[in-house]
Order: sequence, then C-alpha cells, then structure tokens
Amino acid sequence: MINYITRRLIILPFIVFGVTILVFGMLMMLSPYQRLSTYVSDPKQVKGQNMDAMVEKHGLNDPFYQQYGRWIKGIMKGDFGWSESAGQPVTQAIMSRFPATLELVLFAVVPVVLGGIWLGVFSAVKHNKAWDHIIRVLATVGWSFPTFVFALLMLMIFYGVLGWLPPGRLTQEAAGIVRSAEFVRYTGLNVIDSLLNGNFFVLWDSIRHVIAPIITLSVVRWAYILRITRSSMLETLRKDYIRTARSKGVEEDVVINKHARRNALIPVVTVAGPMILAMLGGVVITETIFNYRGIGQFAAQAAQQLDYAAILGVAMYFSFLLILTNLIVDVSYAVIDPRIRLE
Amino acid sequence: MTWKELIKRLFTNKLSVFGFIIILIFAIVAIAAPWIAPPADPDDPYLIPRRGWSTRPSPPSDQALFGTTEGSYDIFYGMIWGTRTAFRIGLTVVFFGSLIGVSIGTIAAFYGGKVDEFLMRITDVFMSIPFLVAAMVLTTILGRGLDNVMLALITFGWMGTARLTRSQVLEIKNEEFVQAAEALGANDFRIILRHVLINSIYPVLIQACMRIGSMVITASALSFLGVGAPEGYADWGQMISFARNWIVGTSGNPLEFWYTIIFPGTAILFFSLSWNLIGDAFRDILDPKLQ
Repeated sequence: MINYITRRLIILPFIVFGVTILVFGMLMMLSPYQRLSTYVSDPKQVKGQNMDAMVEKHGLNDPFYQQYGRWIKGIMKGDFGWSESAGQPVTQAIMSRFPATLELVLFAVVPVVLGGIWLGVFSAVKHNKAWDHIIRVLATVGWSFPTFVFALLMLMIFYGVLGWLPPGRLTQEAAGIVRSAEFVRYTGLNVIDSLLNGNFFVLWDSIRHVIAPIITLSVVRWAYILRITRSSMLETLRKDYIRTARSKGVEEDVVINKHARRNALIPVVTVAGPMILAMLGGVVITETIFNYRGIGQFAAQAAQQLDYAAILGVAMYFSFLLILTNLIVDVSYAVIDPRIRLE
Repeated sequence: MTWKELIKRLFTNKLSVFGFIIILIFAIVAIAAPWIAPPADPDDPYLIPRRGWSTRPSPPSDQALFGTTEGSYDIFYGMIWGTRTAFRIGLTVVFFGSLIGVSIGTIAAFYGGKVDEFLMRITDVFMSIPFLVAAMVLTTILGRGLDNVMLALITFGWMGTARLTRSQVLEIKNEEFVQAAEALGANDFRIILRHVLINSIYPVLIQACMRIGSMVITASALSFLGVGAPEGYADWGQMISFARNWIVGTSGNPLEFWYTIIFPGTAILFFSLSWNLIGDAFRDILDPKLQ
C-alpha cells in the first residue's frame, strides 16, 4: 500500500504541471491585448494607460516559457487576475461563491448514491420481471435527458405552475437575516448555518431553494449508479457462495442485503468518486438556470462576457479540486480494497 | 459472435429496434430538410427565418407550425435543420474523438513501459478539468461557431476511449494468436490492425454509440450557455436557450409558452435516447453476464 500511495504522490506534481501547461496553452491562443486582463489585478492599473506599453510591461510578447514562468508565479500566490464580469479579483469571486456550490454538490451526493444503489439492487433482484424493465427504461431515459431541458421543465412546473420551488439562493427576506449581525456564518452553507443558528425560517427558505437544483444534478448520475449497481449485483447473485447461503436456509432478505449487496458495492464505490467530480461540470448549467449564485453560474456568466481571466481561473480551480479529491479517493480505495494495492 | 448474428440479435431486441426507428426518422428528416422546410436563402439554409419582429414567442399557427420562439424565430424550421446540425456534431466529434482515443490507447497498451506511462499521464491531465468546463473555456477562447464547438469537444472528448481501448488491448495482446502473428514476422502495424484491434473493438463501438447522444447534448449545452452556435443558427440547444426567459409564462397562464421548450427539448431527448438504447442493447448482447 505504501508503494501505491508513494507512486500516486510522485505522479501528482506532473499532473498538476500538465494541467497548468494545458490551461496556459489555451490562454496563449488569445492575443496579447486580450491576455492583459489576466495579469491586471485592479482596473485602476489600466486607466489612462497606453495599451501597447502595458503589453510590453507585462512582457506579453516574450517567448512562451518566460511568460509561463511569470504566470505560474502569480498562480502560486493565488493571483488569477481581475474578473471584469464580477468586478473583483478572480480568487475573491471564486471564494465567495464556493460555499454555495459545495452545498449543492454535497446534498446531491446523498440522493444520487443512496437512490441509485437502492434501485440498482431492487432491479437486479427483480431481474427480467416487470419492475426491472420499468426501472431500466427510466434509467435510460434519465441518462439521455439533457440537464438544461430537465432544469427548465422543473422550473416551469415547480415554480411557474405550482410556485413551490423558487429560483435563486434565498428570498430577499431570508437573505436580509443571513446578512444581519446576529446571524453567525459558520460554514457559508445556508442550510447548516441556519440550523446552527436555530433559525427555522431561513432553514426552510434555503431548503426550498436547493431542492430543484439538487434533483436536476441527481437525475443523470442517478441513472449511472443504478446501472453499475444492477450489473454488479446480477453478477454477484450468481456466485457460488450465494447459492451456498440460500441452500443452507438463510432468509432471502439476508442473502441479498448482507451476502450479496456488500460485495456488489465494490465496483460502485470505484465509480462513485469520479462521478461526484463530474458533478462539478454539471453545476455550470444547473446554477445558471436556477439563478443560483455559485461558481458554476460565475463561470457561465464569465464565458458569455468573454471574461477570460475568470473562466481560466475557474478551470484551474476546478481542476485542482478534482486532482486533490481524486488523490483522496484513490488512497482510500487502496485502504478499503486490498486488490487495488497490488496493481 | 459474427456480425450477422450480432445484427440479428440487435433486431430482435425491442428497445434497440425502437432506437433504430427513431434514428431512422431523424435521418430521413435530416436528409429531406430542404423539402420539409424549404430555406428562404438556399445559400444559407442554417439561418432560422424570423416570422415577424416581436421578441415575444407566438403559439403554433399556419405560418409557423410549432410557433415561434424569442425573436420570432420559427421553431419548426429550426428543429428540422437542427437535426442536420445534431448529426454533424455527433458523428464528427465521436469519429475524430474515437480515432484519437483508439490510437493513443492502442499505442500505450501495445508498446507499454515508458510510452504507456507518458501517454496515460497526458490522458490524466486532460481528464483533470471537468469536461463541460474545459469545452466551455476552449470554445470561449476560440470564439463562437459550430466548428469551434466541435474542435473543443474533440480536444477534451477522447480520454474515455483511450482508457477503454488500452484496457482492451492489454487483455488481447498476450493471446496466442498475437504471438503467432509476431512469430510469423508480421510487422507491428499489421498486428495491431488485423489482430489486436479487430478483437477489442466491440466495447469501443458501444461506447462510441452512446457518446454520440451525449456529445450532442454537450454541444447543445454550450449553445444554451451562449458560447456555442451563433445567434439564429439552426441548433436545438440554442432554441432552448431562447425559451429560457419565457419558461415561467405569464402570471395568469404559467404554461403559456410551453411550445418554446417542449418541441426542441423532445428532439434532443429522443436523439440521445435512441443512441443510448442501441448502445445498451449492443452491450447486453455482448456481455453475457447481464443476460
């Protein structure tokens, strides 16, 4: 296991380096004038300046490696430039929106994983019966549903027609309470903070706002987990030890829930990690449609307004997050499943 | 399993037949587009005609069969020509993406060692940025337009195929028939093409089939976010982005503008659904464990 983890740690800096080269490579496809924005950390620096002089000053006509060196120095200090669309430095804009996105992703994981596993096991147990077919068709439809169409339909029905689940993150009244001095921001996650503050009005309001985005984020991935669980469960149910358990008279419920499910979940665990990461991409559309002020919405808005500094910043930020989480996930697999260590 | 048997079983599976029928309908619509919805300007058929100057959508009528969306763009026309756009994006992106992926995966697995390590770490790097975000960044930088969308999707859409091909080839390459070919003095290129790839291609094909749908969805998502197809271009994703401002209707009638989302939304859903159904059936047939 030590070997495996060491190997992962040795590779890590190469991946991080590769990602910075990739992002910088994309940045270099822009003209020096467009790139200037990623080097400026305050609009006051640009006012009344000669643009050519600015380009020269920042060395934007220098060779690739020199520019990369300067750029990476800034990144390491956490300086991603000035975001025109947010009117503040990119790092600050991302940080202020991070809790909102985290809240969505964290809450979406639970229904996705639990619901997907439960339905997958159910489908496998009812193999080739009516329920199995219905669930499989639903899963394929869910898997094919474009996120943005689903989100708009949610908005149409649950906000337009029923008025239950409004877009945004909080109503004005609740947002006022959150901003007031008595309300302590422990985590930045509205649902948890309102619980800690014992404010049930804000709690109810924030829950109402996250339900629709969470369902939207879940649908596609839920179908994915279901599919993997089902096939893994079907395979496990054919194993000899299951037959042994049944023939010695163990109750069917126990066979399925104890003997089969636990072993069938190993492949599910391996895909669950990367899948949760894939959700980071999904938040862009979900947050945009539900007007939910998180990193995803920030990225979409930046892309529309050609705010290069901001979208490159978001890309870097997301990929660091992804690399880090991947590392944690891989190492924990090595601890859980001894077979992985040997590879 | 021979090709004949495979196709026979594919056509006895109800779901895959359903998928084939939908694709066939889409294909007919795409081919017959100039007759179903004759373009006003034959040189630029992808530009959706506007049926007036109002920004407000108008319901289905004789003039516009499915109504008009924001900016008075004809929904019916956009959907018909959008079918061509969808096929073009799906097939182009998946073809080139698979080509890159299969090449990299095969080379990595076949030569192993340092080559493998190097290529797989590059794959890891490309996988380290969430797909949609990466595609969005690259399209934003390259500028709006369908070619740039496809380029971005290909650039960040080959890694899954590369990994899958690699694992397939690793399994096959030590089989006796490959060793036999080597012993007979066949060159690497011939061995890879005639012996290794032919025997590991099925899972790659299944994956490619299912990716056609998801690539069209991603391209539409980019158009929806306003970084994809240029305004007025016949593209399903853009038609849905037009629906966005009207989705909650008016205060008395929340479903007033249902047609702006339902028609193009159904088109995208069915397009990706049909490819997934075929892919699904394909996999069930080839993977005996699931039967």
